Amino acid sequence: MAHIKLNNEELPGIRGLLDFRPETAKPLLALAETLLRGESGLTSGEREIIAASVSYKNDCHFCHTSHAAAAAAHLHAGPELIDDIKAGLPNTPVSGKLRALLNVAHQVQKGGKHVTDEHIVAARTAGATDQEIHDSVLIAAAFCMFNRYVDGLATWAPQPNEAYKEMGERMAFVGYGKS
Amino acid sequence: MPHINLSNDYPGIRSLFVYRPETAKPLNALVQVLLHSPHPTLSAGERELIATYVSNLNTCYYCTNIHGAIAKHQLGNDAETVKAVLANVNTAPISDKLKALLKIAAKVQSGGKNVAGLDVAAAIAEGATDIEIHDTVLIAAAFCMYNRYVDGLATWQPENDAMYDHMGEQRAREGYGTPPVKVSEMQLTTNN
Repeated sequence: MAHIKLNNEELPGIRGLLDFRPETAKPLLALAETLLRGESGLTSGEREIIAASVSYKNDCHFCHTSHAAAAAAHLHAGPELIDDIKAGLPNTPVSGKLRALLNVAHQVQKGGKHVTDEHIVAARTAGATDQEIHDSVLIAAAFCMFNRYVDGLATWAPQPNEAYKEMGERMAFVGYGKS
Repeated sequence: MPHINLSNDYPGIRSLFVYRPETAKPLNALVQVLLHSPHPTLSAGERELIATYVSNLNTCYYCTNIHGAIAKHQLGNDAETVKAVLANVNTAPISDKLKALLKIAAKVQSGGKNVAGLDVAAAIAEGATDIEIHDTVLIAAAFCMYNRYVDGLATWQPENDAMYDHMGEQRAREGYGTPPVKVSEMQLTTNN
């Protein structure tokens, strides 16, 4: 049960919180929409993988599974992508650039100061632009917020990966804050 | 030196906002509603104290100093309370409710799952409402984002108390949506 009394306790994860406080829901949804579906050198599929991977490192089941399902929808991949992200993508063909940017994102998850010149040089060498590095850092930072928000208020989340398929498709193709 | 070429001379998050206006817009809208917009019960000064406290736990120099300065101005030029909260929440001259909320904020900083039912019950016992608990958790979580964004790209964070006080006074008065003043154009005094 959530730490506070939500208006609609049937809504899982962040959805119950967005419904509870529309004033903060608006900029949070606008941020997710811009970061994951706005203009960027990175595809939405790549950005959703960064979001899901950081959420897994933060141990946030709802955010990891829903954003991994959104990545699967963008990439026309099966639900096995969800567990493959947990394992570090051994079975998914992703570019060296995305792997280098994921490494930057994982440093951000630990703390901003963990990102060193070496991580940035490795990303640049793999072909990442400044804006792609910027966007990767901000996506990782933003999910350190969303994950803490969802777990800090003890929201509930469906367990099985299959329960997130439709949600992931809606996040990928309809968008955030658009019903 | 910042990790990427930001092509501007603004400090901290302001340099990132100028670099990428597309993401600046929702980030500024979020901080405006969390810290500056009218709130049913928490003052802007109390909310800025939560932001300052979490930024200090994340050792983000820029965010700690700018939100500390905004808190000072929102609290009626009270730098002592800001300093006391950063030194020791238990002995700071703030309400017991705010102390309980700051304890929740510290748990959020260390990880969302660290917030226990007992932490929330303690805040409720001091009179905290559900909206106050919600907003405290979200402010703490949001500063785990802003702090990582500012440090993760190694932005310019000058050690200049007068600069933070100047910028803090502007933000306390105007909120977060107005354009920043260039550091070179600030009339800085050293006797703050």
